[in-house]
Amino acid sequence: MTKQATAQKSNVAEISAGKPKRIEEHIIEVVSDSGEGAQKCGQTFGTVSGKMGNGVWTVEIIPAEIQPPARSKEGASGVRIRLGSKYVTNMGDQADLVVAFNEQVLYNRIVNGAFRKGTVVLLENKWAEDPQPAIREQYAAALADFKERGLVIHELPFEKECLKIVKNARKGKNMFVLGMLCRIYSRDTQRALDEIAKAFARKGEKVIKPNHELFKAGYQYAAENLEYHYEVLPEKEGVQSPTIVTNGNTAIGLGVLASGMDCLAMYPITPATSASHYLADVFHLTGGFMHQAEDEIAAAAYAVGSSYSGKTAVTITSGPGMALKTEILGLAVMCEVPLVVVNVQRGGPATGQPTKIEQGDLLSAIYSMPGDAPKIVMAPATISECFHFVITARKLAEAFRTPVIILTDANLATAVQPYDRPDPQAEWLAAPIDQSEWDKNIPPYDWDDETGLSPRPIPGQPGGEYVLTGLAHTKRSKVAYDSMSNQIGCNMRSRKISAVAATLQRPEIYGDKEGDILVVSWGSTMGAVQEAVDRMRADGHKVSNVHLRFLHPFEKDLKEIFSKFKKVMTVELNYSDEPDMPLVSDATRRYAQLANILRHQTLVDIDCWSIVQAAPLQPGVICEAVLGRLKKLN
Amino acid sequence: MFGLKADWSLDVQDRYFTIEDYEGAQPRWCTGCGDHGVLTAVQKVCREAQLAPEKIVNVSGIGCSSRLPHYMKTYGFHGLHGRALPFASGIKARRPDLDVWVSTGDGDCFSIGGCHWIHGIRYNIDMVVLVFDNAIYGLTKNQTSPTTPKDYGTSTHPSGSFLPSMNPLTITLGITNVSFVAQVVDWNPLLVYETIKMAHAHRGTSFVRIIQRCPVFVEDIHKGMVDDPSQILLLKHENGIPTNEAVERIYPNQVEHDPSDWMGAMAIARDESKVPCGLLYHDPAAPVYDDWSNVGMGMSDEEKIAGVNKALDSFSI
Repeated sequence: MTKQATAQKSNVAEISAGKPKRIEEHIIEVVSDSGEGAQKCGQTFGTVSGKMGNGVWTVEIIPAEIQPPARSKEGASGVRIRLGSKYVTNMGDQADLVVAFNEQVLYNRIVNGAFRKGTVVLLENKWAEDPQPAIREQYAAALADFKERGLVIHELPFEKECLKIVKNARKGKNMFVLGMLCRIYSRDTQRALDEIAKAFARKGEKVIKPNHELFKAGYQYAAENLEYHYEVLPEKEGVQSPTIVTNGNTAIGLGVLASGMDCLAMYPITPATSASHYLADVFHLTGGFMHQAEDEIAAAAYAVGSSYSGKTAVTITSGPGMALKTEILGLAVMCEVPLVVVNVQRGGPATGQPTKIEQGDLLSAIYSMPGDAPKIVMAPATISECFHFVITARKLAEAFRTPVIILTDANLATAVQPYDRPDPQAEWLAAPIDQSEWDKNIPPYDWDDETGLSPRPIPGQPGGEYVLTGLAHTKRSKVAYDSMSNQIGCNMRSRKISAVAATLQRPEIYGDKEGDILVVSWGSTMGAVQEAVDRMRADGHKVSNVHLRFLHPFEKDLKEIFSKFKKVMTVELNYSDEPDMPLVSDATRRYAQLANILRHQTLVDIDCWSIVQAAPLQPGVICEAVLGRLKKLN
Repeated sequence: MFGLKADWSLDVQDRYFTIEDYEGAQPRWCTGCGDHGVLTAVQKVCREAQLAPEKIVNVSGIGCSSRLPHYMKTYGFHGLHGRALPFASGIKARRPDLDVWVSTGDGDCFSIGGCHWIHGIRYNIDMVVLVFDNAIYGLTKNQTSPTTPKDYGTSTHPSGSFLPSMNPLTITLGITNVSFVAQVVDWNPLLVYETIKMAHAHRGTSFVRIIQRCPVFVEDIHKGMVDDPSQILLLKHENGIPTNEAVERIYPNQVEHDPSDWMGAMAIARDESKVPCGLLYHDPAAPVYDDWSNVGMGMSDEEKIAGVNKALDSFSI
């Protein structure tokens, strides 16, 4: 520690002398116009807290446009941080404390149910004296409205305070706010100063210094002017084991590196692209190549071509891109070309809601191709699983000679969390391609009768020459002109999926193995669902959860697990009819996507509850939905 | 040292390939179809270059021409309508040792694969692209293609197609980073062979449009050209497609054209009163996408793991 840093620390320590109130957890939001740095503020706060040993979940609040009009309701940009003593698995319910750079952006959060009565709002007050009368009026009207809604508003002069240090407060306000938050939540200031220095390291001392000053000014301001002062003690101080902090898209990118893949082919699409951005930056570390194709179809075709040539390939996209890639994926199924496809789901159909979460692509992932096109579909539940599932998917794709679709979503893509640092293994890496002589007597699809599996000749192997064709073909890859070849080909490709299913385990049950309601979930909702289950169980309700990671084929024994509960229901983020909607009957009700498949696979009368409101599920909302069902049951 | 190795042995090839080594299934194209001759020329070029069959990948889309991979005894990829180029690009991406050939047609390349055609030319990946242009959809039975002449009756435009036919030469020449554009007619085997041979020798995307007869659906479109060689404009140049006296005697209309002259190529392509035959444009120095896509190959497991660790460490807390 430098002498200067020591001086800073002691200065700050004096201010912190007051005794903070101890709390278990808080949900904090920083909301601003786009480009005001709220996300950097929040991520730094999250990193500092993670390093202190706290449970942290941060999630970006992203507007659809790059530069939405200033002070617009739709343009809210920012970050939510859930800070806890214990491990945190989801974004939680309504916020406890909000910092807002203008009053209009708060409306976006209000309509999204982000606040409750009593939520504390620290609001920039410069708008009260804005030269434009219209803005002054808007501000006054909003203030009155917020009070009516029960928000606890504190009008604060962020801008004025920042202007004492920098000429352009727009560029510095976020660090001032970071300082305020670090005081309010008793964060380790030295760690925060270090993180700031790291964030601006490339820009040099010239930029680090004013940002440090802004941070300290914010800290001091909060100490002198705000009554809020909390302590969120971690269960264990500091980082216990090697830990990394990333969002889910970066985790996907790291998984691609660690799986030894050779090639990523992509086309820009929100919210998937940041995974490709990350790989574009680091793929050289493992010798990989990222191809930005002319369109989604070409991206998939490039990846399939590369895989056909023996190199391992991945393509990363979102719903509309999946729709375009459909024909290529059908070819990969038909011709048994291994391929990893990552679909970072967003709201649909069509362009839908590009930056928002939905789990709407499950059915299309499994069924969208013409004809029978069996493939593997899996969904990570956590950010850490985003990493590990890529490695598993590559291995499955190669072992079973099939495309594997990984379904993540906009929530996993942008949420940031600390998790165990993976320890890369040689066995995670793709093997070098085989160029040895191929026994001419072995056909290119030498299907094993029981499993449908077959070894694959790679171009360059003498004796293995064959012509891959998307037409129905024989095991010699000859175009099938007879009636039985197509049947045999379909049998064999389907048999592989049965073989995958035979390798899967029984899923774990969260809670008791029997009871009133079993909530079945998949994908990014696991944390919120299990927190809801915990709360309901604490209140004495007999509710459990099974979270599925393999969606096609399913994990083992589901029907038997379901049989121990009075009612089985899914909780999902895609569309379903509620039973009491107009014209909806048992015969016409449209079920949520997982419920739909589970019903026909298990013949159990599975219920569902799902919403499509462009936001991750809150545990409280899940409780309400499940308890509603429980009430009808008893 | 005069072909002798240090151990005084002679450098003798251990494998010699004949035409049979490249012959796959018996072609099922119609009698009189121009595709037969092109297939023969491709096989001859492979033999001439003594390409190992296991190192060749014939990629195609959908259509009559796209059946070519089945008739070669090499690796093949008979893909999907319009997508031959991106499949081929992926195959070549990390396998510079493979010799990639694309067979496509006027519908496959200029219509459903139009986007990939434009970008494929721009990528300039090292491969030969043979477009079998018979001015009609053959395999799907007689529909208007982008190069079907205006007013020509087809199953989709019985009273004649509405639009003037597309000019694939001007379009291809107009794409940034184009490096090799040639045109040939299928009924002159020597020119077909020489053109494909030169296309194969070029490093980059060699685009060859082959005006190809379809005796079943559009016999009359090409009959005039076959019967009246004066409709052809033979392009001659020392850097162009080699010709000989026999060829030059057939085609009375000839012009000296330097294939490095892009403006000249464009003028020839624009003039639709004649069918140019030869090398319109050649730029051996155009950047080749392979030079980027091949970077980083051959890293050891240890190096890769070190790379992953470096990436992970940047997120450590």
